[in-house]
Amino acid sequence: MSDMPDSPVKTMNMIDAINSALDVMLERDDDVVILGEDVGYFGGVFRATAHLQEKYGKRRVFDTPISENGILGAAVGMGAYGLRPVPEIQFADYIYPGLDQIVSEAARMRYRSAGDFISPMTIRTPFGGGIFGGQTHSQSPESLFTHMSGVKTIIPATPYDAKGLLISAIEDNDPVIFFEPKRIYNGPFTGYYDRPVEPWSKHAASQVPEGYYKIPLGKADVVHEGEGLTILTYGTMVHVAMAVVNEHGIDADVIDLRTLLPLDIETIEESVKKTGRCLIVHEATRTSGFGAELAALVSERCFYHLEAPIERVTGFDTPYPHSLEWAYFPGPVRLTTAIEKIMKD
Amino acid sequence: MLSDLNKKNLPGLNLHIPEPKFRPGDTADFSDIVIEDVGVTGRPDENSAPIDMQHMATGLIRVLDMDGVASGPWDPTLSNDMKLKMLHHIMKVRSFDDRMFRAQRQGKTSFYMKCTGEEATSIAPAMALADDDMIFPSYRQQGILLVRGYPMLDMMNQIYSNREDSLKGRQLPIMYSSSEHSFFSISGNLATQYPQAVGWAMASAAKQDTRIAATWCGEGSTAEGDFHSALTFATVYNAPVIFNVVNNQWAISSFSGIAGGERATFASRGLGYGIASIRVDGNDPLAVYAATEWAANRARTNNGPTLIEHFTYRAEGHSTSDDPSSYRAAEEYAKWPLGDPMERLKAHLIGEGAWDEERHQALKKAMDDEVKATQKQAEKNGILGHGMHQEFETMFEDVFEQMPWHLKEQMDMSLAEKVSKFSTKNKQKKEQGQ
Repeated sequence: MSDMPDSPVKTMNMIDAINSALDVMLERDDDVVILGEDVGYFGGVFRATAHLQEKYGKRRVFDTPISENGILGAAVGMGAYGLRPVPEIQFADYIYPGLDQIVSEAARMRYRSAGDFISPMTIRTPFGGGIFGGQTHSQSPESLFTHMSGVKTIIPATPYDAKGLLISAIEDNDPVIFFEPKRIYNGPFTGYYDRPVEPWSKHAASQVPEGYYKIPLGKADVVHEGEGLTILTYGTMVHVAMAVVNEHGIDADVIDLRTLLPLDIETIEESVKKTGRCLIVHEATRTSGFGAELAALVSERCFYHLEAPIERVTGFDTPYPHSLEWAYFPGPVRLTTAIEKIMKD
Repeated sequence: MLSDLNKKNLPGLNLHIPEPKFRPGDTADFSDIVIEDVGVTGRPDENSAPIDMQHMATGLIRVLDMDGVASGPWDPTLSNDMKLKMLHHIMKVRSFDDRMFRAQRQGKTSFYMKCTGEEATSIAPAMALADDDMIFPSYRQQGILLVRGYPMLDMMNQIYSNREDSLKGRQLPIMYSSSEHSFFSISGNLATQYPQAVGWAMASAAKQDTRIAATWCGEGSTAEGDFHSALTFATVYNAPVIFNVVNNQWAISSFSGIAGGERATFASRGLGYGIASIRVDGNDPLAVYAATEWAANRARTNNGPTLIEHFTYRAEGHSTSDDPSSYRAAEEYAKWPLGDPMERLKAHLIGEGAWDEERHQALKKAMDDEVKATQKQAEKNGILGHGMHQEFETMFEDVFEQMPWHLKEQMDMSLAEKVSKFSTKNKQKKEQGQ
């Protein structure tokens, strides 16, 4: 926990931490504005913007029409004026009508104008499944964003990281997409769906400074150290991987990537060269998922250190089902099977 | 050009953020909403050109006054039998909604959405259209399925994602689909069905069919680009389609002003496209019936698309996921100047001598009993719980017509997971027992 500031520490869940980051940035920088569906008086459907309109006024925190295209296009324009917009897209599954404003506009603004204009926006959006949200409230579309050139992609896994990363993202002068794993808003879900979920208050990373602090973009966090295996993961799956590692006493480095782009390749390379085995875990669909990029990078850079083929544990290549959610979700069973396989060779 | 000196003398610009009139704790008062009397908004000929009836977009089609008396040029003069059927349907969907909402609260499923207070905007159009006219619904048109005879048991099976769910547990509750009932598969995304309805209507016209299409969205969703693409295509191709905008005043916590309702009626969105645009009292089932019939006749005689704004009120929360008392005044619905569609139709039928309080109560009880019995039956097929009512294979079917190799591999993997050690609880118990 570098950058630990002096401000008092409070127990926060993910939502509290995100709300606190937004609060800190609205206070520090008059150019920060929050816009999105239901984010104003109501404080967002997940309560991430609760009380911010009350505190900073309607010109800083306001509701928008139901138009993701409008929200993101307006954020590009506000950025061109000199503001630092933080648009919320209510669910990542709703982002597609606004994709053109990200892919063709925000992501290329600096490049196409040779730095004449920039798009310093941070798009916050809840993503991922495990909440019985069906196919339109459960998707993990992160690889669409890492695939386009010009957008930074952040996925926090704890309240502490969520706040520090969000502050860094808002201060960053490039467009950032900040995916919030909604399954772990209230507690670190381990994938054991039939066991109770611990609240964040029992987890060290719920101790969050009330003031300003940053976690640098592009730096992974090694959340568990070991010698026999490297597990690369992010978001909710960090906690699933940790549960399996703890339950079965796996001698593994568990790396929470935190930023998918720009990626902390040094930490990854160092770990895989040490362990010789690499397991990649994400909830998103498998084909052309971010795991494919990770597997390619690891094989390009660590091939002669590998003692077993790289394994991927992912969601299946189907739309996200409703009733078979736990059969779809890459939970402890799928992880354990993959670990057994990779450790056998 | 504005000189620097003049600029200095200008006051600063102001960003307008719309705000609803009432928030929690306020006393709702809708006396500023101007409600025209029955008969004021006339009934243009069905073959009138849109340009000649632009005033309809700011009028209000009404048949029933607040005492339940029907009059004026829009009275569809339905038989009492037909009107009783309409009342039946409204009462049934209301009873169904209450039961399913409670089932979600009891943890039997993940999600539910009621249509309370706006039942007329689905039920009356479904009765005015032909049964094979194609419906492209949003998520609050359950009334249409009931009118078209879709079994309530099947709706409940879908809501529970159980083993008899015809959608194989894949969709969030209430996202029904029934091609047999000309009812398109519901998306969870907003307004996507609008251009699709236009496309279906264009296809029907291209094939010189006689069927038309009708689609629904809320006033909030008119902000989506899909809404505007749909209107553009519909006017360009003069498509035989009816656009229903259910203006129930609230999109989750955002009042209609956040969708542009402070400046113009939602019906008037159609004017710029040259589309016939009318506004109807959405809590008056007879007026909604008449407006739909008028629009359907236009579409069927190649007079093109119609946009109908149904002026109504969302009596309950958006869904089981929000608490409306946290963003709007508590007694708004009680004070809504256009009343409640069921009460108004009931008063009308009593006034006609075709109905009475005793029969009404008996019917309500019969409806509740039927819904309750059907619910019991549905629950025998399973409730959501942890899901898992379907065979794991079904998860991989229908991604494509034929399953590619990678999905076959993933299916084998999931079956192996199921066979070996799927229930983590059992495994835990076993380990503890060892």
